[in-house]
Amino acid sequence: MTEHPEAVAPTPASVPFLGRRILILFAHPSLDRSEANAPMAAAARRLDGITFVDLYAEYPGSEIDVDREQQRLLAHQVVCFQHPLYWYSTPAILKEWQDLVLEHGFAYGTGGTALHGKVFFCAITAGGAAAAYCAQGYNHFTIRELLRPLEQTALLCGMTYLPPFALFGARTAVEEGRIGAHVADWMRVLTGLRDGRLDIARAASQPRLNHDLDGLLDAADAGVVG
Amino acid sequence: MGAVLFQVIVYLGAAVIAVPVAKRLGLGSVLGYLIAGIVIGPVFHIVGSETEQLQHFAEFGVVMMLFLVGLELKPQLLWQMRARLLGLGGLQVLATAGAIAAVGVLFLAHWQTALAAGLLLALSSTAIVLQTLSEKGLMRTDGGRAGFAVLLFQDIAVIPMLAVIPLLAFPEIAQVAQHPAGAGEVAAHGGAAAGQGVADHGAARSLVDGLPGWAYTLVVLGAVAAVVLGGHFLSRPLFRFIAASNLRESFTAAALFLVVGIALLMTLVDLSPALGTFLAGVVLADSEFRHELESDIEPFKGLLLGLFFITVGAGIDFGVLFAELATVLGLTLGVMAVKGALLFGLGRLFHLRAADHWLFTLSLAQAGEFGFVLLAFSTQNAVIPPELAKLLSLVIALSMLLTPVLFIGYDRLVLPRLRGDAAQPTDSIDEQGSVIIAGAGRFGQVVNRLLVAAGVRTVVLDHDAGIVERMRRIGIRSYFGDASRPDLLHAAGIGQATAFVVAIDDRDRAVALVEYLRREFPQLRILARAFDVDHLYLLRTAGADLALREVFDASLELGAATLRALGRHPFAVEKLRRAFHMHDLETLEELCELWDHDLEFSKNRALLERVRARTAEELTLIARDRTLLHDRTERGWTPPPKGYTDAMDG
Repeated sequence: MTEHPEAVAPTPASVPFLGRRILILFAHPSLDRSEANAPMAAAARRLDGITFVDLYAEYPGSEIDVDREQQRLLAHQVVCFQHPLYWYSTPAILKEWQDLVLEHGFAYGTGGTALHGKVFFCAITAGGAAAAYCAQGYNHFTIRELLRPLEQTALLCGMTYLPPFALFGARTAVEEGRIGAHVADWMRVLTGLRDGRLDIARAASQPRLNHDLDGLLDAADAGVVG
Repeated sequence: MGAVLFQVIVYLGAAVIAVPVAKRLGLGSVLGYLIAGIVIGPVFHIVGSETEQLQHFAEFGVVMMLFLVGLELKPQLLWQMRARLLGLGGLQVLATAGAIAAVGVLFLAHWQTALAAGLLLALSSTAIVLQTLSEKGLMRTDGGRAGFAVLLFQDIAVIPMLAVIPLLAFPEIAQVAQHPAGAGEVAAHGGAAAGQGVADHGAARSLVDGLPGWAYTLVVLGAVAAVVLGGHFLSRPLFRFIAASNLRESFTAAALFLVVGIALLMTLVDLSPALGTFLAGVVLADSEFRHELESDIEPFKGLLLGLFFITVGAGIDFGVLFAELATVLGLTLGVMAVKGALLFGLGRLFHLRAADHWLFTLSLAQAGEFGFVLLAFSTQNAVIPPELAKLLSLVIALSMLLTPVLFIGYDRLVLPRLRGDAAQPTDSIDEQGSVIIAGAGRFGQVVNRLLVAAGVRTVVLDHDAGIVERMRRIGIRSYFGDASRPDLLHAAGIGQATAFVVAIDDRDRAVALVEYLRREFPQLRILARAFDVDHLYLLRTAGADLALREVFDASLELGAATLRALGRHPFAVEKLRRAFHMHDLETLEELCELWDHDLEFSKNRALLERVRARTAEELTLIARDRTLLHDRTERGWTPPPKGYTDAMDG
């Protein structure tokens, strides 16, 4: 039916999938002009154990299917919003998604425990340089501070919130040759999360997921349980 | 009765066999009919002398054709043509008649005979030329328009010719002539001789015999005014009244009545019936019933013209032909060369360019069916001796037979040379994934506009030549023809197409087309327009990737607009619209499993039961405050229960 078959890892029945299933809810309203999100998306689609949902492709009229989205949430252990940063927040469809899918009685409030224990984080691309995202910069707040509404949303839903996986200066990343390394880091984050090799407890206190990625992955390899 | 049926079978059979073969060979339908006529006539002698009578009857096809041409031509367009009509047409007739007469004087005993021959050979074949031009989609080209202007002028010129020819008579021949018929009867031939066909007994009386000049002028003007005013003011209420009866055949009858009636009126006042119906067509070109009239008259026109071409082929007297082969061939080629040379010169004079210039020259170089009429008239009026008439009749027929050959020459020799390499690059661009749209009606046109706006290369197919020509004029690659024909699909580049839009307005053909496409091109994405649910299921079963009900979305939008008009909040309406749409799609899926086209709806018990259950369910849903829809619309953006924060603090 849909043009974009989900990249769910078709794990053979004989080999049960033991890692964490990751749901990437991707929102980019003009993908054909994307320079950073497009290669990240392409890389993520190729990974096993990851469900990649292009929300604008699936709901071009923003007519979100609440039931389907809730089923998706239930079927995954990690939920990621991947999007460019629009006015310090998500593109509109992701806000619509939150408004519709995170229902009272499902995600929060009385009986709303469906998301308890799951991990949530954002993978964003921001136009401003890293230096702009601090008290002295023109954005005045760190990226983690700016995403507080999403952090609190996750917390209200009983989820573990991780700081954003962020790319700064996204409009010049191609020219400056930073895309390749960023996509490689993105793969490491996803596989690390999927295979349980990323130190989640330590990551939760970081300013960004890619602030000290080596440290997060090494610590897990050294046997520190996330 | 048996004899009549036999004749019908012979003519139909010849057409059925010869025309498709000729078309397949790229010869065009006209040549196919002509060859069919030759086969059943002079070659096998299956048909005999009745062909001449049939020909008079079949000439009515020309009358219908001009009506249809008029329908395509709005009055403004006709007005724009005036310079060419009079200049190009007038010069063509005068120059050709003069040139042929000048040559004739050298060989013939009387200058009068030479002049009559010049006049009748100056005329070209409206039937062949217009039929071929529209078949090839060339009517809207500059060359096609110029040719049409000349043909139209010739049509008008027949009237004064009929007046002049009796004045050329001289006594020696009058004694030999078999029946010096009364002018009134012969005048009833009125150009296309259609009056005779209609009135059947061949004696459609002229109302204007013996009237003084001023009175005749008044009568003629009155008749023309009747056609124009009647067409403009009376036809619409009449057609509306008939259309309201919803009986297709009564509309067809009305359309025929209109055409035949005008032809009769024109005949009664000694005007060309073809001209009269053309005028009526122009008047009705703006009418909303135009397409209906077109589609009603079209088959009659096609059959009659086909019959006419057959009779031309059958009428060729091979005895005379072989006896005087060199003379006939020489005369034919000579006449065509003279006509062609003059046309070429006139084309240059009127600034026709390249392909249009050649089309104009080659298409009109023959003599035409009006020539037969004038020939008979001249013989009866003792202007042309019978032996010469036989010869000239052969020349006319042979030149008509050669015309399709000239068209083929235009297609195969002139066009490729003129286009040269220019055709190549477009072909390579075509190899990009393109979309073929079958059916360029209201539905297909919107689809096409959207795709073109998105920069997608489309090819549009339609069986309506008018639509195709219009599309071509605005630069959309479009082909005339039945989209279910494999050769046409290949011409349209189906091998390179990624997607195919089926938007033809024939239910069964749409399904057959989808089946064919699915079978032959498994990779192709097929998207189809469905008329209703049954059609939608049929299209899906046939292999369409997507089928949409044509009016569903618009109905839903209108319903939503109505709710907004009632004062409902627009976004509340939007939510309801979405929920309703989803609910409807689910119903569609659910019923699809039980649907069986071969089983009549009333006999499909399982389906009936499901529909009944669903209807009952819907009724209870409505009774319970439309729970399902209500759920759907209110679920999104539902505020949490009052006091829910108390639980969160605790």
